[in-house]
Amino acid sequence: MTASSTNPATGFCRDCYELISGSEARCRKCKSPRLVRHEELFDLSIAHIDCDAFYAAVEKRDNPELADKPVIIGGGKRGVVSTACYVARIYGVKSAMPMFKAKKLCPDAVVVRGDMKKYTQAGGEIRKLMRELTPLVEPLSIDEAFLDLSGTERLLKNPPALLLAKLTERIQLEVGISVSVGLSHNKFLAKIASDLDKPRGFSVIGKQETLTFLADKPVSFIWGVGKAMQKSLAAQGISTIKQLRQHEKSELMRHFGVMGARLYHLSRGKDARKVTVSSGTKSISNETTFNDDIASFETLEKTLWKLCENVSRRAKAKALAGRTVTVKLTTSRFKSRTRSTTLNDVTFLADRIFSAARPLLKKEADGTAFRLLGVGISHLENLLVGDMPQDLDQRVAQQTKAEVAMDKLRSKFGADAVSKGRGFEPPEKT
Amino acid sequence: MRVTIERAQFLKSLNHVQSVVERRNTIPILSNVLLKAAAGEIQLTATDLDIEIVEGVPADISVEGATTIPAHLMHDIVRKLPDGSQLEIEQGPDEGRLAISAGRSRFSLQALPPDDFPNLSAGELSHKFIMSAGDLKTMIEKTRFAISTEETRYYLNGIYLHHIEIDGKPMLRAVATDGHRLAQVEVPCPDGAQGIPGIIVPRKTVLELTKLIEDQDGSIEIALSDSKIRFTFNDMVLTSKLIDGSFPDYERVIPTNNDKIMEVDRRLFAQAVDRVSTVSAEKGRAIKLNINPDKVILTVNNPDSGNAEEEVAASCDSEPLDVGFNAQYLLDIASQLDGDTAQFHMFDSGSPTIVRDPANSSVLYVLMPMRV
Repeated sequence: MTASSTNPATGFCRDCYELISGSEARCRKCKSPRLVRHEELFDLSIAHIDCDAFYAAVEKRDNPELADKPVIIGGGKRGVVSTACYVARIYGVKSAMPMFKAKKLCPDAVVVRGDMKKYTQAGGEIRKLMRELTPLVEPLSIDEAFLDLSGTERLLKNPPALLLAKLTERIQLEVGISVSVGLSHNKFLAKIASDLDKPRGFSVIGKQETLTFLADKPVSFIWGVGKAMQKSLAAQGISTIKQLRQHEKSELMRHFGVMGARLYHLSRGKDARKVTVSSGTKSISNETTFNDDIASFETLEKTLWKLCENVSRRAKAKALAGRTVTVKLTTSRFKSRTRSTTLNDVTFLADRIFSAARPLLKKEADGTAFRLLGVGISHLENLLVGDMPQDLDQRVAQQTKAEVAMDKLRSKFGADAVSKGRGFEPPEKT
Repeated sequence: MRVTIERAQFLKSLNHVQSVVERRNTIPILSNVLLKAAAGEIQLTATDLDIEIVEGVPADISVEGATTIPAHLMHDIVRKLPDGSQLEIEQGPDEGRLAISAGRSRFSLQALPPDDFPNLSAGELSHKFIMSAGDLKTMIEKTRFAISTEETRYYLNGIYLHHIEIDGKPMLRAVATDGHRLAQVEVPCPDGAQGIPGIIVPRKTVLELTKLIEDQDGSIEIALSDSKIRFTFNDMVLTSKLIDGSFPDYERVIPTNNDKIMEVDRRLFAQAVDRVSTVSAEKGRAIKLNINPDKVILTVNNPDSGNAEEEVAASCDSEPLDVGFNAQYLLDIASQLDGDTAQFHMFDSGSPTIVRDPANSSVLYVLMPMRV
């Protein structure tokens, strides 16, 4: 660290990560004006990361000709703007605006029909980079997530703020997308912060300033306050957060129920919600499209087992187990069939997923040729490998034991160290 | 075929047989009920290819014959006819039609030929014995709730019935489990049942049988082989296929060294379980039992809605112990006990617990603990 010990660092340069402690306008080392500075900067660890005009940014990345043009993603059946790039926003184009209106405002705009596959891919890459910092990543949608970096300082040898700044650079370099970061002491404020300085922003809301910061903000800043709630608050003469604070908790609860309590706490910048990993995940599934359509049950069954193993591995990694097992098939004529069954208890074991999925597949494998096969688990609950319910049925208990043992071997010696006979394919001879 | 029959009796029998008929069928004749008129009675048969129910109803037969007609349709028609009416059922030269008339109502239904109707009751059964309806009801009632509904574990989708000896006395034991709980009950072994193979009676058969024997109090003739079972009583015969699978070696999972015993009033206990589990998010949520020498404290903790606690007087001969169970399973078992006391035999918070009924030593329940 280069900062002197008498003057502890209160900020850093977002381009070269040089620590700063004075009130300089530019970085002494690289002369960049992109400095971030805050009294509590190195004490905060809850972040919200939001991609800037995500869909439009992906399109611009893939087609450099669009770079300085106004780009609107949307159209399709509903004919509304789904994302407008920052150039288009200058003309007043906004999300969810009817396309004809957007075109009127910005006749030069390039309208691109969205490609969800591409966005999902980019979103996934970003999420992967986030997870390298902390497992506590809670995705809110494809392009935004909460991160809890508490306790990572010692492990990663850097305070959260610096890690986040480096992460944004990595996302820019590796995915080609710019993001904005909000850093604070809870989710509510982190989300507000990320929106303060878009695009390529890095905003901090500290504990000290929380109350004054929120005071003159409109109530619509509060998560969960939509148009209807704004109206009923206005009817009581409440339009700013400061005004909200003048009301007793009991009074707010009388009017708004549970939401009243939330208003009371959030208006004081208090939010006890934790960053949770699972809330984004509703199901875990894996599917594959065949090169040639397959009708034979024996061939489909082999693929099914591999898919089950993949689902199981991902579920175990996320400590999630599902109660419902679903098999998805698409026929050579593009008709899709989904069949599901519910288990007695939740599972993430490949063997149990397979034994539930297999009969579903068997019923459908009536000679029809299929182009796609998938399997998934849903109705998820958190479950750790050590917490698996015991079973009075010895067969299941033994399968469970065997699979846990196999996983242990795999984690020690690699994924191919041991596999079940049904999925085994001898290595090709060279 | 020409038959005159009293509505009430016909309806009752139709009610019995139509419940095995699946609502949707790929084989048309399985939607039908077979009617056979001969020797002073009309015989109704319905099947789903796994279960077959045959029942005879006295009728005035003018012309003998047989046909099949849609079961649910027939049932609905007879149900809507006025009380006390007489039905005339007649099949003319057109075998594809069946005429039904009662009072001023006339129906003409599409019929399918009786020769195509599947026959499940054919074939000899190797074992035959007589059992009291009461014993049969006991075996079903005490174990039915624990049958697994998970299709994947088809071998648990029924009640396992087999012969054992306890203290030199031959007994018939019924066992059911879904992997989380197990219920077992014994009744004295009827003559002729000593040599029976261990069989798994499917869940649907158990449900149908329960309805049919509800108001039976005589004896029931049971005949079985390793693939089929047949129950005969009054004018009814229920034949069912058995589950083709092997029941797990359940005796190995019933603990024998559970030395911590707690006794509690089962009604008070069940009510307390019911009350505190109100705050749990879903059915199947864990309830914690904190067991003390003179009381048991039940707690449910649900981060989304709140928590609940209740104390119930109990007596326990060991050190305090915390153990978690599925609330619904506790309720299910408590409602099965005959006596006033529920007796819990425990080892520790991670091992299966046995629940016994001091008033009825022939029943035993095993419960897997949950982490709380």
